[in-house]
Amino acid sequence: MPDLSINFAGIKAPNPFWLASGPPTNSGYQVMKAFDAGWGGAVWKTLGVPVINVSSRYGSINYRNTRMAGFNNIELITDRQLKDNLREIEEVKKYYPNHAVIASLMVETKAEWHQIVKDVENAGADGIELNFGCPHGMCERGMGSAVGQEPGVLKTIVGWVMEVAQIPVITKLTPNISHIVDPGLAAVHGGTDALSLINTIKSIVGIDLDTYAPYPIVDGKGTNGGYCGPAVKPIAMEMIKELAKHPEIKDTPISGIGGVETWRDVVEFMLLGASSVQVCTAAMHYGFGIVREMEAGLQQFMLDKGYNTIYDFVGKALPNVTEWKHLNLKHKVVAEINSDKCIGCDLCYTACDDGAHQAIKLDRTNGNRIPEIIEENCVGCNLCALVCPVEQCITMERRDDGREQISWHERTQAGSIPTSFNDERAGGNHHFVPTVEDALKHRK
Amino acid sequence: MAEYKRPTNEQEFEENFAQKKPLMNSTEAYYESSRCLYCYDAPCMHACPTGIDIPLFIKQIHTGNTTGAAKTIFDANWLGNACGKVCPTGVLCEGDCVYNHQDVPAIQIGRLQNYATDQVISEGKKLFEPGPDNGRKVAIIGAGPASIACACELRVMGYQVDIFEAKEKPSGLTVHGVAPYKITNEEVLAEMDFLQNQLGFHINYEQKISTPGQLQLLEGEYDALFLGVGLGPTASLRLPGEDKAQVIGAVEFIEALRMQQHKISIADRVVVIGGGNTAMDAASESARMGAEEVTLAYRRDKASMGAYDFEYKLAVSAGVKGIFNAQPLEILGNGTATGVRFIKTKTVNGKLESIPGSEFEIACDLVIKATGQAKHPHFLSMIGGLELDAKNRIQVSDSFQTTNPKYFAGGDAVNGGAEVVNAAYEGKMAAKGIEKWLNRDLN
Repeated sequence: MPDLSINFAGIKAPNPFWLASGPPTNSGYQVMKAFDAGWGGAVWKTLGVPVINVSSRYGSINYRNTRMAGFNNIELITDRQLKDNLREIEEVKKYYPNHAVIASLMVETKAEWHQIVKDVENAGADGIELNFGCPHGMCERGMGSAVGQEPGVLKTIVGWVMEVAQIPVITKLTPNISHIVDPGLAAVHGGTDALSLINTIKSIVGIDLDTYAPYPIVDGKGTNGGYCGPAVKPIAMEMIKELAKHPEIKDTPISGIGGVETWRDVVEFMLLGASSVQVCTAAMHYGFGIVREMEAGLQQFMLDKGYNTIYDFVGKALPNVTEWKHLNLKHKVVAEINSDKCIGCDLCYTACDDGAHQAIKLDRTNGNRIPEIIEENCVGCNLCALVCPVEQCITMERRDDGREQISWHERTQAGSIPTSFNDERAGGNHHFVPTVEDALKHRK
Repeated sequence: MAEYKRPTNEQEFEENFAQKKPLMNSTEAYYESSRCLYCYDAPCMHACPTGIDIPLFIKQIHTGNTTGAAKTIFDANWLGNACGKVCPTGVLCEGDCVYNHQDVPAIQIGRLQNYATDQVISEGKKLFEPGPDNGRKVAIIGAGPASIACACELRVMGYQVDIFEAKEKPSGLTVHGVAPYKITNEEVLAEMDFLQNQLGFHINYEQKISTPGQLQLLEGEYDALFLGVGLGPTASLRLPGEDKAQVIGAVEFIEALRMQQHKISIADRVVVIGGGNTAMDAASESARMGAEEVTLAYRRDKASMGAYDFEYKLAVSAGVKGIFNAQPLEILGNGTATGVRFIKTKTVNGKLESIPGSEFEIACDLVIKATGQAKHPHFLSMIGGLELDAKNRIQVSDSFQTTNPKYFAGGDAVNGGAEVVNAAYEGKMAAKGIEKWLNRDLN
């Protein structure tokens, strides 16, 4: 069996599946249940000066038949006294000496930071995570994302913590920023041992159409929340990639967070450079048992690929993530429809004709509903294959022989790119565009 | 013992005739509607005789616009609720759902349709109003689905509409002739009320039009007439013994069942003669009423039955036994039917032949003839210039105008006996035909 254990910046855990700081790690009771269910680590619900929370705290996006495709919350950090949390951390560590317990922290002054770091170390925490990400409530008080959005302030606070910390320190970043490298670099310069991201994204998930208040509604009013769940995964992956590829950051371990729910998500995060993952929404949705699918899937993936530890493949996709300008402009794929599988919904036709490049035609002779690709019009955009409801019915087939290769970058250097508005080198000159009058044929 | 016990009260009747397409709850509707692919130029829509924009109303249900969904349905089909329940959706819209090509269950379009229409009907939601009075009047004979659809469409265009109905309830065979497990009387009548309340057409009940004098009066008073007279009683089999007691037509049997429900006492042993959908209904209903033995006898082979396969299977699942290639010769009994004598048949070169010496008898206490309904040639012959085809069906143009230009017609009297949805479509198209004809000078 592959070895799933990790050593994340000095924090050891039996597997890379950690619960992210949040409602599922609010108490020792929950963390112990989670470890029993198979989680390798838990980042405790953020400790600090306890808050007072509101009633009605979560909202969600349902997409078609999927509940909680996106999720948001307006809950703050822990509302429990520090002494109770510390006592429970100590107890959990007694029962689970080999599991990772990481204390998430958020306080204001240097003195408070120094004190709370010592407190959690004394309780037996294996590591510390600095919460510079919370985008609601706490940021109004100068903490959370208010810190994460100011690289200078972030670096200073990381520095305060590093002055005293004896255990590994992870800095958790907010995605509510235009360039994730700036706070990432500030944390590294401040001396952090590791990074974790993303925290939640500032969001409004919906408006009640009777009361005109945003969800979740607190006595007729609402506020922006922090968005997470499956919907945010692509944003998280992009930001992880940005940090993992940066020359000054790439050697700092990254814990990936944002919409992780299945083993596939875990593997994708790892291929982009994460060496542990943190999960919150999926555990809130399905309970701690969800980890069994992740563990079994990750193990099977590693067996199939012949990997012994996760470090055999962490970051393996990074060389293939490049800039647009380096992509091969000579690569050519076109859509093919497998008529045996086609069920005749014709979504590909309408998607291509209205939303893409008019490369699919219909011929209703004898009641036929199987569309046909007009190969010379097809630009290989994938839209038809994406909307097709049948597995492997529309496939994208390569048409170039792979011998020719030229990128935008190379064409720029060779001086062969369009440079003026009416440049004849316009890409559109090389593929089909219907005439305005063609639209009249569709009039009824 | 039979599959079903004899129902002794309303509740037991309802249990024996449990709805084949029960109303969805909101959760089921939410999940079912989420499955719709929103096909381009959707095949389900083409399969619907009234062309309801099915993907649109399903999307409307999914987004919580149930009222809008009902509007979409009624805009295309005035009997949207009845059709959702009684349509053979498996061979119409649902039969053409693209999921069938993937061996994935088709979207339950009929039940989704009812989810929307039932909601607006039970809330009495106002969706339609009569058009401004155009000063014209149309008389409609019969209050079946074709007539109701015609009336609704005419009212929207501003016509005054008076319906003359021989019976005491509207909706024709929808309430008198459809199997009770497809739709309840209450559901049928609620839709009628809903439409009448919004559109205000007038129905004169127990006003049978049967004389040339009555027709003349109507012709004088109205700008156009619509014939939604449907079909008549069960046709004669011309069999010896057909006039005995305990020999009844299927249409009459089903009507009595629908009106009197559990108060009907079914015979122990029933023979149903016929191979169409009405025969299946009558057999299935006899079994559900608690008959011990129900035999469905058809003179040709099983594959030649006119009934939908699912209707036959439904009858069999209720305990009905089918026998095929059995031609009835005589109804036995002394004054009251006690059995039927059959002779076996075979098909030779496409022709049905009886096999000499193969006579056999089936004992029974009730014979139900489901051998088609007679037409109304006598009544129709009172209308001057009205031509019928060889099967006594009223001949109409594309706009459902008869050969007497003042008369339009639709439904079973024109198509010879089809689904409620066909009648709904034809009635609506006839209304458009009337509008076009009365305005012919403007065009």
